[in-house]
Amino acid sequence: MSVFPRVIPVLLVSEGYLVKPVKFSGERYIGDPINAVRIFNEKQVDELVVLDIDAAVKGTDPDHRLIEEIASEAFMPVAYGGGVRTSEQARRITGIGIEKIVLNTAAFETPALVTEIAELLGSSSTVVSIDAKRRITGGYETYSRRASRKTGLSPVDAAKRAVELGAGELIVSSIDRESTFSGYDLKLVASVAEAVEVPVIALGGASGLNDFAAALQAGASAVAAGSLFVLNGKHRAVLITYPGQAEIRSLRPS
Amino acid sequence: MTVSIVDYGLGNLGSVFNMLRRIGEDARIVSEPSELAASERLLLPGVGAFDVGVDRLERTGFADGVREFAASGKPLLGICLGMQLLFERSEEGGARGLGLMAGGSRRFAAGPSLRIPHMGWNSIIPVREDPLLKGVEDDNRFYFVHSYHVVPDDPAHVLAESDYGGRFVAMVRHDNVAGAQFHPEKSHAFGMTVLRNFAQQ
Repeated sequence: MSVFPRVIPVLLVSEGYLVKPVKFSGERYIGDPINAVRIFNEKQVDELVVLDIDAAVKGTDPDHRLIEEIASEAFMPVAYGGGVRTSEQARRITGIGIEKIVLNTAAFETPALVTEIAELLGSSSTVVSIDAKRRITGGYETYSRRASRKTGLSPVDAAKRAVELGAGELIVSSIDRESTFSGYDLKLVASVAEAVEVPVIALGGASGLNDFAAALQAGASAVAAGSLFVLNGKHRAVLITYPGQAEIRSLRPS
Repeated sequence: MTVSIVDYGLGNLGSVFNMLRRIGEDARIVSEPSELAASERLLLPGVGAFDVGVDRLERTGFADGVREFAASGKPLLGICLGMQLLFERSEEGGARGLGLMAGGSRRFAAGPSLRIPHMGWNSIIPVREDPLLKGVEDDNRFYFVHSYHVVPDDPAHVLAESDYGGRFVAMVRHDNVAGAQFHPEKSHAFGMTVLRNFAQQ
């Protein structure tokens, strides 16, 4: 027997608001992040990822007041990403009550930070997000800065490097699939999961339980989604949903 | 009763504090060993490497402080690394633990389908009755993050087990000293039950 599959809502925050971009652009404001955290807490979600999507791009610092509010409402593991540029910032955030730090831009621009944070907080608190997009010529390119800067690395190379630096977990995110409800990019997920021994979280494109099962079968240790858990129906109205425990346990790959 | 949380520079104090407050229990963070004498319940959190934990406990004076507290007979609970530190040793390092229970921690044996650390939600199987486990039902789930697990010399100290590539020890107790490998402060209603039991026992 192994652990239960983890199903993880991802909340994207911009200037203090909960937002929902599509394919990493075109933000739509959908509400108050604290309210969403409260509802996800009531639903006893497995884990929560909160990403401040402009902190990295604009170079602003993490919003400690917001992070503090999130931590006091979340009685499950929470990962935070966005604008973390020093290990001191990471320590402060985890001291507030956040378990994991997610690095994307810094992981590529100042890779030593990954090692520094892993040494300070432990690998299991150090998560690197690999945001990948299909190349027109075939294969994939890994991006930083909210999908705006190419890193020159394939997702597999970026993943191996992140793990060597000290990352204990990876989020593998498909830029092409974000908010498309077209299913995870299973080829991408499988290629990274095969290349590393740390847990891999699949993100981007989930439309339901079948996609979760497929990603877990492809080698993901956890499945994450944004739109699926906060938008509902044809008009994509805001409605926070989450599968029941029995459904989650039934996802365990054979 | 007030739960004192040991601040020795390791561990997610904020989470433990937040959950105790949410369930209506008094909590305070203690940064000086001298504050331990007046404490009624002591919680030893901890995240990270074993030797770092031992070093921090010794440098802050909490190693002796926690041992004295344990000798007073008042309830003590170690969480995650805080539980492993209650033992004598760990395969993770060479430092001597608090030695409040005989035994040490071993690393999980990685296998093709066994990723290390053991990270995520898992259920615990109580092996004896205990005030800490009151109200913890069969369909429980708790959040774990660890690469090492304790192996007590005395099987009578095992309170609950869990399963990750085989059974391992998830909770221990020796008289007033108890430990949980999982993070109750991050385990929703199940964690609240355990922490409430600890605060009220």
